[in-house]
Amino acid sequence: MSVLDIKDLRVEFPGRKSVFVAVDDVTLSVDAGKVLGVVGESGAGKSTVGNAVIGLLQEPGHIAGGEVYLHGKRIDQLPYKEKRRLRGRKIGMIFQDPLTSLDPLQTVESQLVETIRTHLPLSRSQARQRAIDLIEAVGIPDASERIKQYPHQFSGGMRQRVVIALALCAEPELVIADEPTTALDVSIQAQILELMKELCRERNVAMLVITHDMGVIADITDHVAVMYHGELVEYGETIQVLGAPEHPYTQSLISAVPRPDIKVERFPVVNYIEKAGTPQKQIDIATHWLGKARDYEKVTGPLVQIKDLDMQFETRGSIFPSKRKYFKAVKKVSFDINEGETFGLVGESGSGKSTIARLITGLYQPTGGSILFGKTELTSLKNRKDVLAMRRQMQMIFQDPYSSLNARMRVSDIIAEPIKFHRLASSNAEVRQIVDDLLDHVGLGAAAGKKFPHEFSGGQRQRISIARALATRPRFLICDEPTSALDVSIQAQILNLLKDLQQELGLTMLFISHDLAVIRQMCNRIGVMRHGELCEVADCDQLFEAPQHPYTRELLNLMPSLELLSRANLATA
Amino acid sequence: MPFITNEDPKSAVQDSAAPVKEPGRMARFLDSDLFHSFLKSKVTVVAATGTAILFLLAFLAPWIAPHNPFDLASISIMDARVPPFWMEYADPRFLLGTDDQGRDMLSAIFYGMRISLIVGFCSVVAAAFIGISLGLVAGYMGGRVDAIIMRIADVQLTFPAILIALLIDGIAHGIFGAIDREVFAFYILIVSLALSFWVQYARTVRGSTMVEKNKEYVQAARVIGIPSVIIMVRHILPNVTGPVLVIATINLALAIVTEATLSFLGVGMPPTQPSLGTLIAIGNDFLYSGEWWIAIFPGLALALLVLNVNLLGDWLRDALNPKLR
Repeated sequence: MSVLDIKDLRVEFPGRKSVFVAVDDVTLSVDAGKVLGVVGESGAGKSTVGNAVIGLLQEPGHIAGGEVYLHGKRIDQLPYKEKRRLRGRKIGMIFQDPLTSLDPLQTVESQLVETIRTHLPLSRSQARQRAIDLIEAVGIPDASERIKQYPHQFSGGMRQRVVIALALCAEPELVIADEPTTALDVSIQAQILELMKELCRERNVAMLVITHDMGVIADITDHVAVMYHGELVEYGETIQVLGAPEHPYTQSLISAVPRPDIKVERFPVVNYIEKAGTPQKQIDIATHWLGKARDYEKVTGPLVQIKDLDMQFETRGSIFPSKRKYFKAVKKVSFDINEGETFGLVGESGSGKSTIARLITGLYQPTGGSILFGKTELTSLKNRKDVLAMRRQMQMIFQDPYSSLNARMRVSDIIAEPIKFHRLASSNAEVRQIVDDLLDHVGLGAAAGKKFPHEFSGGQRQRISIARALATRPRFLICDEPTSALDVSIQAQILNLLKDLQQELGLTMLFISHDLAVIRQMCNRIGVMRHGELCEVADCDQLFEAPQHPYTRELLNLMPSLELLSRANLATA
Repeated sequence: MPFITNEDPKSAVQDSAAPVKEPGRMARFLDSDLFHSFLKSKVTVVAATGTAILFLLAFLAPWIAPHNPFDLASISIMDARVPPFWMEYADPRFLLGTDDQGRDMLSAIFYGMRISLIVGFCSVVAAAFIGISLGLVAGYMGGRVDAIIMRIADVQLTFPAILIALLIDGIAHGIFGAIDREVFAFYILIVSLALSFWVQYARTVRGSTMVEKNKEYVQAARVIGIPSVIIMVRHILPNVTGPVLVIATINLALAIVTEATLSFLGVGMPPTQPSLGTLIAIGNDFLYSGEWWIAIFPGLALALLVLNVNLLGDWLRDALNPKLR
C-alpha cells in the first residue's frame, strides 16, 4: 500500500468575480522509500497540491473535491485539531527558504527538542540526544556543539540541513519538500539533494518533491508528475517521462531546458507557452532609427578593457580610518570584451559578478583599477556631459522583472524616457513612433504601450526591460541574470530574443548568470568568478571541454546530470 | 497569492488577438478592489456619508446657514442666550439657540466648521509638503544629509505639537505685534500645525524611499543617466504616496483637534472669526451658568467631524495595506 494517495483532487480559490481552479483532477500516489517529483512552471498549481495535503491552503482556498489518503486513512476531511497533529508527526515539511523557515531567536536545539517533545513521548534529555543524532545524520559535523547555536550562525546550506532534520525529527511517514534547493547555490544544491535521497531510502520515508527544476527531477525522483495549469498532463516513472515524453507540454518543457553539453544556435521554439514570441511587424533595421548610423567612434582592439578592478564596501564606518572595516567584493579583476561578442560571467551568489556590472555602468565607483571603454577611461570621467555620453552607449537589463519597471508609469512612458532624456528624437511624434516600433520588435505589439507594467507577465515585462535598454541605441548591453526569475519555456524565448537583437544590432554583451547551461548557450567567452576573484577566462567550448581551474571543474561536476533530458532533446529537436 | 499569475497563455493570446475595449476610468474605479472593500465595510460607508454631509454643510455655509453670524447688522444683543428649540423661551428663528452676542449657534457652527476644515486642510498640505520633501531627500541621499534631517525630526518629536504651536504663536506675536492678530492668526496656525506634523510624513517617506531606491527600476533610471532630483520626483515619489495618503487623512482629524485646542486656549482663531475651538472656548464661560448649548453643540460638531474623518482614515489604512487584506 502506498503512503500517500491523492484521488481526483480539486482545489478552488473563490475570487470576487470568478472561482479560480488551482488544481483540477489530480491523482497521485507515493510509496515508502520513493521520491515523487511534481514539476511545472509558475502557476501550475504544484505548490497547492503540497499545501492541500498538509492542510495549509491559504484562505480562501479549499479542497472542492477528491480525496487524500495517508496510509489508507482519509485525511482531507479531518477536523483542524487532528490535522494539526498530523503535521510534523506523520508529515514533515521542507520549505524553500532556509533563511525564513527557522526561528531566528531560538537555538537549533530548542527548536528541535520542542518539535520532538510535541510529537513523541520523550524526556528532555532523550529528546536532546535524538536531536543530536539527527543533526549528525544530516551531515553537520560537531553536532553536540553546533546544536547550541542560533540559525544565523549556520550557512545557507547548513541551515537547509537543519530544516531537513526538523522535518524528520518525529519519524514522519511522508516528507513534502517545496522547492527545497531553489534558494541555494549549485554546489550546495547537489549535496542537499544527495542527502535527501539518502535519508529517504534509509528511513523508508515517502517524499513529495515540488520543483520547477528539471535537473532536480532528473537527479532524485523515482516518479514524476508534470503539471500544467492545475492539471496533471503526464505521470509516470522518471526515466520514462524524461526519456520519452508523450505529452506535447512535457516535450516542449524539456526542450526548453538549456543544454549544458552542446551549444545550439537557437532554443527550439516551443508551443504551449505565452504568445508574443515573434515581432508582429518586420522592421528593416538598416534604415530604421534603431539601426541608423551611430555616432560612436570606431575602436581598435577590445571594446571594454577592465584592469585590476577593485571594489570594497565599508562594513563598519568610523571616523578613524584604521578602525574601518571593509568587505572586498571584487579583487583585482582584469578581462577584455571584444566588440560584437558576448562575454559571460559565471559564479555563485556573492562572487562579485553583479558588482562588476554595476561598476561598469557607473552605479558604483570602484576603489581601484581602471575600466576602459573604447578609448575613454570611465573611472576618471568628471564632466557630466561626458558621463551622459557614456551612459547612452551602455545599458543594462536587470534580474527581477517585477521591480525593474516603475509600477506607476505607462509602458510607453517607460520606454520613451531615455529617448526624450538624451534627445535622440526630434519630435514627440517621432518618439511615439520609435516606442511603438520597439514594442513591436521585442514581440509585444504597439498596443502594449498604453498599459501599466502590472498587466504583464514576468516574461513580457522582461521584454519591456529590453525595449527600454535598446531605446538609447546602446552599443554595449549588460544582462544581469536576465532570465533567472523566469520559467524555462519563457527563458528560452527571452534568450532567443537577446540573440536575435545582438545579431541585428551588432551589440556587444556582458552576460551574467549563475547557470552554466545558459551561459554556454549565450556566450563566446566566459569568465568564472569566485569570492570576488576571476579564476579562469576561456572560450566557451574550451571551458566546458577542458577546464583549467579546479573551481571550474568543480562547478561543471556539480551541474545536475541532464543525460535523460539530453536524449529527449535530441528526439524532439 | 502565489497561485494566480499572469503567466496564462490563453489571456495573452486574447490580448493580442482582439483589442478589448478599454473600460473608462470611472468604470475601472467602480470595479476596483479598493471600492469593493469600501462597500463591504458598513461603518466606512456611514463615515464617508457623514464626512461628505459635514463637508458640504461647512463649505456651503454662506448659502445654507440661516443667519450670517458675522453680519453685525443682523445680530441683536436682544437675542442673546436663547435656548435650543425644544426648551422653554426658545425662538423658532434659532434652532440650536444663540450665544451671548445673539449669534445663531447653528450658523456659527457651519461657519466655524468651515474655518476648522480650511485650517486643517492647509496645514495638512503644508506639513505633507515639508515632510515629503525632507523624507525623500533624507531617504535617497542617505549618509550625513539623512542623519541631520532625521535628528532634527527627533528633536521636533520631543516637543508636543501644542507646545510648538504656542512657541511659534508667541514668536509671531512678538514680531508682528498684537494688532495684526485678526489677519495673521490664520497663517500662524497653519505654520505651527505644519511644523508640528511634518515629522510623521518625513519618517514614512524616508522609510519607503530607502526601500524603493534599491529597486531595479531606480537603478535602471540611473543607468540611463537621469539626475537624482528627477528620479526622486518622477520615479520614487509616485511609488511612496500610498502611506502618505493614509497619514494625511488621519492627520486631518488630528489637525482639526489641535486647532480647536489652540483656539480654545486663546492662541488660535480670534473670536471675530470663530472656529469650532473658539466657539467652545466662548461657550466654556457659560457652561456653569446654565447656557450649556453654547459649548456643547460646537463640541458635538467637532467630535462628529473628527470621528468620521478618523474612521475613513482607518479604513484607508487597512485597505491600502496588503498585509492586512
